[in-house]
Amino acid sequence: MATYQIRVNGLQRELDASPDMPLLWVLRDLLQLRGTKYGCGIGQCGACTVHIEGKAARSCSLPIAAVADLHITTIEGLSEEGDHPVQLAWDELDVPQCGYCQAGHIMTVAAVLDENPAATQADMEARLRGHICRCGTYHRIRQAAQLAADKMRNS
Amino acid sequence: MSQKNSDTTTPTTYNRRDFIKIGTLAGSGLMLGLNWLTTSCSPIKAAPADWHYFNAYLHIGTDGSVIIWSPNPEIGQGIKTAMPLIVAEELDVDWSSVKVEQAGLDADRYSRQVAGGSGSIRHGWETLRKAGATARMMLVAAAAAQWKVAAEECSTEAGLVRHQASGQEASYGSLAAAAGQLDMPEEVKLKDPAQFKLIGQFVRGVDNKAIFTGKPLFGIDTYREGMLYAVVARPPAFGQKLFAVDDSAAKLVAGVRQVIHFDDKVAVLADHTWAALQGRKALKIEWASDAPLENSSEHTAKMLQRLQQPEAEPRRRDGQPEQQFRQAARIVEANFSCPLLPHNTMEPMNFFAHVQADQVELLGPTQTPARARKEVAELTGVAPEKVSVQMTRMGGGFGRRLEADYVVEAAKISQQAKAAVQVVWTREDDMGGGIYRPACYYRYRAALDAEGTLLAFHLRGAGVNVGNPVRENNFPAGALPHLLMEGHDVPSSVTTGPWRAPVHNFLAFAEQAFLDEVALAAGKDPVDFRLQLLRQAEQQPVGTVEYSPKRFRDTIELAVAKSGWGQKPAGVFQGFSAYYSFQTYVAIVAEVSVVNKQAKLEAIYCAVDCGQVINQSGAMQQIVGGIVDGLGHAMYGELTIENGQAKQQNFDSYRMIRIDEVPPKVEAFFVDNQEAPTGLGEPALPPTAAAVANAMFAATGQRWYHQPFIKAMDPVAG
Repeated sequence: MATYQIRVNGLQRELDASPDMPLLWVLRDLLQLRGTKYGCGIGQCGACTVHIEGKAARSCSLPIAAVADLHITTIEGLSEEGDHPVQLAWDELDVPQCGYCQAGHIMTVAAVLDENPAATQADMEARLRGHICRCGTYHRIRQAAQLAADKMRNS
Repeated sequence: MSQKNSDTTTPTTYNRRDFIKIGTLAGSGLMLGLNWLTTSCSPIKAAPADWHYFNAYLHIGTDGSVIIWSPNPEIGQGIKTAMPLIVAEELDVDWSSVKVEQAGLDADRYSRQVAGGSGSIRHGWETLRKAGATARMMLVAAAAAQWKVAAEECSTEAGLVRHQASGQEASYGSLAAAAGQLDMPEEVKLKDPAQFKLIGQFVRGVDNKAIFTGKPLFGIDTYREGMLYAVVARPPAFGQKLFAVDDSAAKLVAGVRQVIHFDDKVAVLADHTWAALQGRKALKIEWASDAPLENSSEHTAKMLQRLQQPEAEPRRRDGQPEQQFRQAARIVEANFSCPLLPHNTMEPMNFFAHVQADQVELLGPTQTPARARKEVAELTGVAPEKVSVQMTRMGGGFGRRLEADYVVEAAKISQQAKAAVQVVWTREDDMGGGIYRPACYYRYRAALDAEGTLLAFHLRGAGVNVGNPVRENNFPAGALPHLLMEGHDVPSSVTTGPWRAPVHNFLAFAEQAFLDEVALAAGKDPVDFRLQLLRQAEQQPVGTVEYSPKRFRDTIELAVAKSGWGQKPAGVFQGFSAYYSFQTYVAIVAEVSVVNKQAKLEAIYCAVDCGQVINQSGAMQQIVGGIVDGLGHAMYGELTIENGQAKQQNFDSYRMIRIDEVPPKVEAFFVDNQEAPTGLGEPALPPTAAAVANAMFAATGQRWYHQPFIKAMDPVAG
């Protein structure tokens, strides 16, 4: 066990954890931030995607020791009012079915557009390929990512 | 079977129990359990001073806000939006004034609180309409009494009662107290479907905002002060038992609180999931088995062997099929097979249980809360009425959560640990632990005469723990005088169960791929071939005919029109499939292009007759999602058993379809006939694979018979 300082959604948090505890479980079970989802634990499904220093990362595969002192953003902190262009686009096109994988998809799209607002559909899908949605919402995800890009360009 | 929507007066006594008036309740007591944050359809407003109870489905606040209780479990099929929408339609309120709440299990107030069989809307339709309409009538009666006018002279619109002649109007909120005191009307007039304002519109999911902002909505998000997190070591192979366990190291893991032995399992309870996982890893367990462990290859051998044997009592026999086969000018025959499939709900199994001496609290993702209550009551000896079950939103169901095994397991652990417990399954636990879609083999035969007329049809199926692998009344049954349907069950220690569109999910592929082959052998267009058979079923029906030949034909013709069947330029190839399940008709045309000798799936056009569409958005999602789900599993899905154990345990070895593998275009079209609504969560999946395989055959000349297709051919490029 060790004591870590982590910065989540703009807040400094101190916690005790074993160094190998994945960030996913730190967020969910120690900090009660349940928006980041467990899907596979091996970085294959993308449900646990968060931002580390603004870049999309799989929290299930990052031990707490590796991310201490870095800026972490979770779905809860993507925007204050739930009005990030990606969140708005997701609502406008009513993307979710069960909704479980959507936070991960949203976090990846937000990071990709933040890096490159002119990302092409191929760029976007190369990144979204790391996500799984069993409900089969991929077509609306594709459209919503495009709509979010349009919103960001026009804002 | 189905009935026309009616605007005539309907007695409320039918299913009256479903919205029995338990008494007029008002005040803050009703606010118990309400969770405004997670369920608002509109921005959060201040709560009204008082809530007035109308029936089990709705309360109206003094400010005109309406709470509508959604009785059935939400698994992603959109029921938490669609069911309240029906109530709101008949109540005649603005959707923005509605707050939706998930009802818990309550057998006194609701019937059939199940997410299964694509039945929620089908079974709830009348009751939900009446719940809204009776409340509307009570509000009108209260206004009419206040104004001393006849109720018949009053109308309603968007939460207002109006009396045109005198120009008076009153809001539902101002009338709620008086209206809530009235008796429920004996008869109720439902809307003419032509007057629907909400039903059939594009309505966004009521939980959207909560999903996009990461609110705790799903079962796995459950947290209670003092609860322990549990993970369970279960026999890794089907047919294995616990032989010996040393848990001393597990108990030393930081955060581990208890280790429990029960059945053939060991549960590790800890302060958080990670500690429980580390504790489980530290267990030293020896597993043993009394009998040899099974392999998928043996399942296949057994199924093939059963395909050689007639069934003692066939599921359906019309006419003299054997004689027709003896006389046939030509016999077309083909075998089809599919592997076991895990459900892979994105949210793995989990459940919260708190078992105490005289009461039990169950909270989590279940498609069958009543089954969970019954089985846990039997386990614990606690009276069923003292077992509360609250359903959470579910990260997918697909049939896996129709089973109660994981709920009962959580209750056992809670009971033995004397603690509130959330049991969490890892992906490996979930994928490797059953309960799978049965592996199946089908052998189809068709007898043709010299002119290519279909004389007789024969299906023999076999499946691993499948029960009945055939659907004996499936088309072309009903259209042919000579037909034989047989099915064998192959028992196994591998647990199987319902998986989205049970049996249909693969049977439809085999049937519709085979009919394509038969049409070709008969020298007929695949669509014309089916339409001709449907005309026969209409004009000279044979035996039981479950489908309506006319509705089937209308659906096929819509697909033909929307896809441009038979009118594509050279280089574009089409495949057709049509299937009836859950009282819904689906016809699909898939389109494949060939560029540089590479076949590519370009588009899927889908026509659907599901009667009245409730929510345009949700309905489209169920169709498009069902198609993507059907395509993905047909292309890639396979779970194999080796030495009793699932070879695929996570998404690194089990392939799911991904965003760049779906065809560019998937479009859905609904037959507009104002029939009563039918099933929608499952029917689009079954016919998808055959339309794609038939189009691929048209493009490449290669037939696919065995799933997953990826093993036979290059993957479909997305």
